[in-house]
Amino acid sequence: MSQGSSPSQPTKRRPDWAAFAIAVFLVAIALVIFWDSARLASVTGYSPVGPATVPYAIAICLIGLAIWTAIEAWRNEFPSRDRQELGPVFWVVAGLAAQMLLLKIAGFSIATGLLFAFTARAFGKRKLWYSIPIGIAFSFVIWVIFSQLLQLSLPAGPLERLFF
Amino acid sequence: MSTFEFLLQGILIAAQPMNLLYALIGVTLGTAVGVLPGIGPALTVALLLPVTYRLDPAGSLIMFAGIYYGGMYGGSTTSILLNTPGESASIVTALEGNKMARAGRGGPALATAAIGSFVAGLIATIALAFVAPYIVKLALVFGPREYFALMVLAFVTVSSAFGDSALRGLTSLFIGFTLAIVGIDQLTGQTRMSFGVPDLLDGIEVTTLAVAMFAIGETLFIVAQGQGGPDKVEAVKGSVWMTAQDWARSWKAWLRGTLIGFPIGAMPAGGAEIGTFLSYATEKKLSKHPEEFGHGAIEGVAGPEAANNASAAGTLVPLLTLGLPTTATGAIMLAGFQQFGLQPGPLLFATNPQLVWGLIASLFIANVMLLVLTLPLIGLWVKLLTIPKPWLYAGILLFATLGTIGANPSVFELGMLLAFGILGYVMRIFGYPIAPAVVGLILGPLAEQQLRRALAIGQGDPSVLFTSPIAVGLFIVAAAAFLIPLIMRIRGRGQVLAQLAANED
Repeated sequence: MSQGSSPSQPTKRRPDWAAFAIAVFLVAIALVIFWDSARLASVTGYSPVGPATVPYAIAICLIGLAIWTAIEAWRNEFPSRDRQELGPVFWVVAGLAAQMLLLKIAGFSIATGLLFAFTARAFGKRKLWYSIPIGIAFSFVIWVIFSQLLQLSLPAGPLERLFF
Repeated sequence: MSTFEFLLQGILIAAQPMNLLYALIGVTLGTAVGVLPGIGPALTVALLLPVTYRLDPAGSLIMFAGIYYGGMYGGSTTSILLNTPGESASIVTALEGNKMARAGRGGPALATAAIGSFVAGLIATIALAFVAPYIVKLALVFGPREYFALMVLAFVTVSSAFGDSALRGLTSLFIGFTLAIVGIDQLTGQTRMSFGVPDLLDGIEVTTLAVAMFAIGETLFIVAQGQGGPDKVEAVKGSVWMTAQDWARSWKAWLRGTLIGFPIGAMPAGGAEIGTFLSYATEKKLSKHPEEFGHGAIEGVAGPEAANNASAAGTLVPLLTLGLPTTATGAIMLAGFQQFGLQPGPLLFATNPQLVWGLIASLFIANVMLLVLTLPLIGLWVKLLTIPKPWLYAGILLFATLGTIGANPSVFELGMLLAFGILGYVMRIFGYPIAPAVVGLILGPLAEQQLRRALAIGQGDPSVLFTSPIAVGLFIVAAAAFLIPLIMRIRGRGQVLAQLAANED
């Protein structure tokens, strides 16, 4: 798997705004931890070290890391990034979302068949009227193998109930 | 009972026909999934873990061992036959192995990798069996302070000692920690970070995170790069068998590789390919044909592959004896053990020795099975590699979600899979390593437990952590492991560290 990073050489002096966003994100997480741990701070056990101690420590370290990230972003020390094509990314995300939402209603085969087809579409197989049925058929075979033979519990929908 | 008797008993259990069948299925599934580009040993184990849930404990462990070895071998097959940069269980194997494949010697490359892995696995597992009881004795001396210091060392090495940025490694580690505190606090029963969502009460599964970040994150990353040309798969031309000369050149490399790989794997130096690099350098120095290196020298495949496999068996030493995972694969295996209700560590050896020795025995069996199975089936594995990308990645996502649904068929779990997948994708774009997050997720709670125990014994005084000489020693090593690479990078010598970082997937 490619790491997607090359040794960083600060050639440009322009700050890296996307990397700044990461620093902001880290601070946001730290704030969430602080907020959630505030109500735990009153609970102590055998010692002053309680359930809130480690979360607080993590949040403080996250703020430290956020500052470090902001400094590196300012000095543009993040590795260079290739251009990202977001269209295909949305297809994959849509496929996963479709599976997630349809799983309980339509069953494993149909939901996963859609995921299969949408992912193939993201990689360029545009003929959805062709890849969706293949996806559903393939998922059905997998369902039979894994849930009937190997006893995994996979949600059964109308298609599965037709046969079993 | 002595080690030898335990081992024999374990082998007797593992050699029953039903269990042999499980081993066979495990090895086949593991290799088939491990061969797929973009899926390495860690992800293979994570994906196939749910398959083992329904079996009895001995059967599950055996299938598990089969999947583990199969996944590793599948990964080497891919690196030899496919020259995608970064798709390597071991960079050096890809270097020499692919050159051999292009010269039409793909068969012998695969053969030497398989046999080398077998030899290394055999010797390393025997070493594991004999070393483990001694380390267990040592571990019983360890108290919470020492364990905590050891875990801090593991954290530092896995996140910031190797790779190209301490900042990014540490950030990834702390993301893992943040996810680790979600759920119920073990010592007081309080819920943390669950925001009233019942599904979060059990915490976040390591396998969900690993599958999401490795499989989905990788798929998104590749898909966002646009349509490149198809990957060139080198066909396995000619004979699969090695010539006598190949044998003569390989066998010493296997043994040397094993000797180098096992101790390095056993040390808590998380996430490093030191073993394979050292083996490669050694082979190059000792070879009678040094000019061949870089163009397809068989020792360059034999040695590093053996080192890789011995290293993998070596990481089982701290995992089984101390319960300390040092790689992403180890983290997932720990999660697997916990699913079966086992907590690896010195206590497991004392309370449930049959299971542990059963696992070690199944590693032997899986090793043999792998050798018997893989070479005849080479054609099949190569076919798998030639599947066009769209169907390949569609299939990968199908299996990724299959595993998650099989373990926990809830919409929320799939939502988490999607969210972490996107997180993994963003991390990949910006160059953040993923292994520290996985290790942080599983090791974080354990470290917290030890820390709080130590502090509870010391009445809340933090200096109690530094009163134990072993703990202090480990802290010093951890500090060195953090500072020395930092200084190296500042002075511009960070290239070595970047190369030593294992591609943990």
